[in-house]
Amino acid sequence: MPVLARWIERAGIPTVVVTMMPALAEERLAPRVVGVEFPYGHSFGMPGDESMQRHVLELALRVLAGAGAPRTRVDLDVEWPVPLREAYRAWQPKEASPIVKVLLETGRRPG
Amino acid sequence: MKVDSYRFLPRSFRSYYEGRGPFAGEDKLVWAPFEKRLQESRIALLTSAGLYLKRSQPSFDVERERANPEWGDPSWRAIPAASKASDLGVAHLHINDVDLIADPEISLPAHLLERLAADRVIGSAATEHVSVMGYQERSLEGWRDTTAAEVIAHLRSQGVDGLILAPA
Repeated sequence: MPVLARWIERAGIPTVVVTMMPALAEERLAPRVVGVEFPYGHSFGMPGDESMQRHVLELALRVLAGAGAPRTRVDLDVEWPVPLREAYRAWQPKEASPIVKVLLETGRRPG
Repeated sequence: MKVDSYRFLPRSFRSYYEGRGPFAGEDKLVWAPFEKRLQESRIALLTSAGLYLKRSQPSFDVERERANPEWGDPSWRAIPAASKASDLGVAHLHINDVDLIADPEISLPAHLLERLAADRVIGSAATEHVSVMGYQERSLEGWRDTTAAEVIAHLRSQGVDGLILAPA
């Protein structure tokens, strides 16, 4: 996704990436990054929580319009309101993804 | 608060993502200045949650991914801003889709963006946003060769001044 952002930015359209992995987006040289410490699949927050979603979206807009130079990263100061163990389990698919199944079956490590 | 990029990632996967540096051939900074005031700008959203319109668009090809686990569908879908949650399906084998189906705004906050336009925080929202499926071949060949150009053309046709991307 950071690479896709770069290609779109190179075409002249400013971008911001809202991501739970801001360190990766920084390494991939995404121009503008908003970090959120949220579970995968929940970039803008909790389902049904419009206030939380608006908080994230407005920060993304401020960084999109206000960043002055490439490699801008701003982290959202909001903790996920669900205990870690529960949230960690909840984001994962009920059935392991095909590539994870292969890794589990072969004992290979990712990458 | 400094976000921990690996808080929700299985520990054995951390080395897959950490310290990999720039993508091959993408080691120079890129920058498109945001020229307008936000209140005069048209904004679009892009999610990688694999959202699609259940009645009129094909799902992302999860069957081919099941047959070839290192492949991910590189195509994209235009998602009308007025789509209701009940219009949208989710095709993404790497995340639990229960919350996304209940409230797609957690990944593509199209209705919220409309409200920000009504509140004059932004000028306007795109009428069609963009959805991709985030699990891709390592080379990103399909995105690079086809999807990126199509998405850029779509964004230009929408008169977009800025894009918010949200990896799932």
